[in-house]
Amino acid sequence: MGRSIKKGPYVDTRLAMRVETMEGKRTPLKTWARRSTIPPDFIGHTFLVHNGKQHVRVSVTEDMVGHKLGEFAPTRNFRGHTNKKETQKKGR
Amino acid sequence: MPRLIGVDIPNKRLEFALTYIFGIGRSTSAKICASLNLDRGMKANDLTEEQLTNLATYIQKTYAVEGQLRRTIAGNISRLRDIACYRGLRHRRGLPVRGQRTRTNARTRKGPKKTVAGKKSVKGMK
Repeated sequence: MGRSIKKGPYVDTRLAMRVETMEGKRTPLKTWARRSTIPPDFIGHTFLVHNGKQHVRVSVTEDMVGHKLGEFAPTRNFRGHTNKKETQKKGR
Repeated sequence: MPRLIGVDIPNKRLEFALTYIFGIGRSTSAKICASLNLDRGMKANDLTEEQLTNLATYIQKTYAVEGQLRRTIAGNISRLRDIACYRGLRHRRGLPVRGQRTRTNARTRKGPKKTVAGKKSVKGMK
């Protein structure tokens, strides 16, 4: 048994409580808890997960259980390298 | 050359011959030989018809091999792609999935080098 399995999944307590108290409601929850594992109770809820700049909308489906919230809110925004021609057009 | 589960099996010691099946390595192979009471040193050509059928049914019952295993693996990857998690995005982009550096190397995932004009050479980076 691996040490991380022995220790069990980490679920952000406060976030779990907020989900619990929502009951029927499905309003998006703003959160910074990227490190929180997604437990089965989160299915169907929508979260706004912080990516360092904005909150990214993540609606949790069954397949996402066991992953962490942060996996669905990328922190980097790579748009590709600059094309030489384009740079020249801009006239730098 | 005996056939087992579709393809396979060169005339070698059984413990190595079995590893020609996708999904069976040295340790699985040894376990199979032990649980079917087969001498793992015997040549694959010396297997009787009965032993061959036994092997085939046992392997297919106990392990995911060949096509089925490939399907499982492809399924796992497409699941990651579909849920748009970080690992899935890396698979889509054809980049390393487990956090390796991509500034240099990572050629296995990225394929042959595409030279970019104007990019400073490694020497120039000093």
